[in-house]
Amino acid sequence: MVNLKKDSLIIASKKFNSRLIVGTGKYKSMSECAKAIKLSGAEIVTVAVRRVNISDKNKPLLMDYVDPKKITYLPNTAGCFNSKEALRTLRLAREIGGWKLVKLEVLGDKKNLFPDMIETLKSTEVLAKEGFRVMVYCNDDPLMAKRLENSGADAIMPLAAPIGSGLGIQNKINIQIIRKQTKLPLIIDAGLGQASDATIAMELGCDGVLVNTAIAKAKKPLEMAVAFKNAVIAGRQSYNSGRIDKILMGNPSSPSKGII
Amino acid sequence: MKKIKKIKIKINGKMKSITKGSNLFNVLKTLKIPLNKVAIELNEEIIDKKKITKIKLNKNDKIEIVHFIGGG
Repeated sequence: MVNLKKDSLIIASKKFNSRLIVGTGKYKSMSECAKAIKLSGAEIVTVAVRRVNISDKNKPLLMDYVDPKKITYLPNTAGCFNSKEALRTLRLAREIGGWKLVKLEVLGDKKNLFPDMIETLKSTEVLAKEGFRVMVYCNDDPLMAKRLENSGADAIMPLAAPIGSGLGIQNKINIQIIRKQTKLPLIIDAGLGQASDATIAMELGCDGVLVNTAIAKAKKPLEMAVAFKNAVIAGRQSYNSGRIDKILMGNPSSPSKGII
Repeated sequence: MKKIKKIKIKINGKMKSITKGSNLFNVLKTLKIPLNKVAIELNEEIIDKKKITKIKLNKNDKIEIVHFIGGG
């Protein structure tokens, strides 16, 4: 039995046993979201910062369903289209209860939701200087990933494909190049569609995956949460086990000696 | 009888009428805001929650109260 506890994920000096990070958006209900998190085994969940509904005080609160003392909240900047908005959002997130580990996501286009890397880079620099530990959603561009690393990012989180698209990893080569060049946690964020996509990400050497839509919008979200949990473990074990070399021709698995 | 004077402020984009001289704590209490689960901005400046009893509100002040909700 492989001891997965020894193979923990370290982000911003904090240790995690699970390599699956899940989002908390798009679920039918808060209770379904909470169940999915539990089944996924995730120890980190992303959350959004939004206005309190002051006219409906009985609206259920995420914190009542997902205990931030047991699960690490990773506040995001979803919906921010420039550095100013993103910084404002994360400074507020920190104020809610001392959160310093955050997910920076500065979008550049409302349709494809690709990140605006210029604004993302600017924000990373400021946040790192202010003492935030920043996990950065970014393009699968090795040069930009390097710049983020040099600007004080704590984790590089390239997209597999556009957010919510379910297309899976589109550019394996870039992900592998980023893997080779960085010692920072590399986490695939956005665009996964099914459990096997997570396995592929892990087999490419990623340190983790971040999934929201593929679980929340699956026909059976709770079962998909379990599938992703297993897929991430399988992918990590496969990566750690060292795959065989690819060869062009066949190579029999049974001995050729002693054939009758 | 002395008439209670009211002033208008904006909370999360909505106009609210409050008693003149109210402090931020009074207003948040009336709205039943769970202080340990929110962050507050007054005129785009983050407020230290420990100091809200000392902050008097003025006409046209803009308050933003945010919390965590589901997101990816």
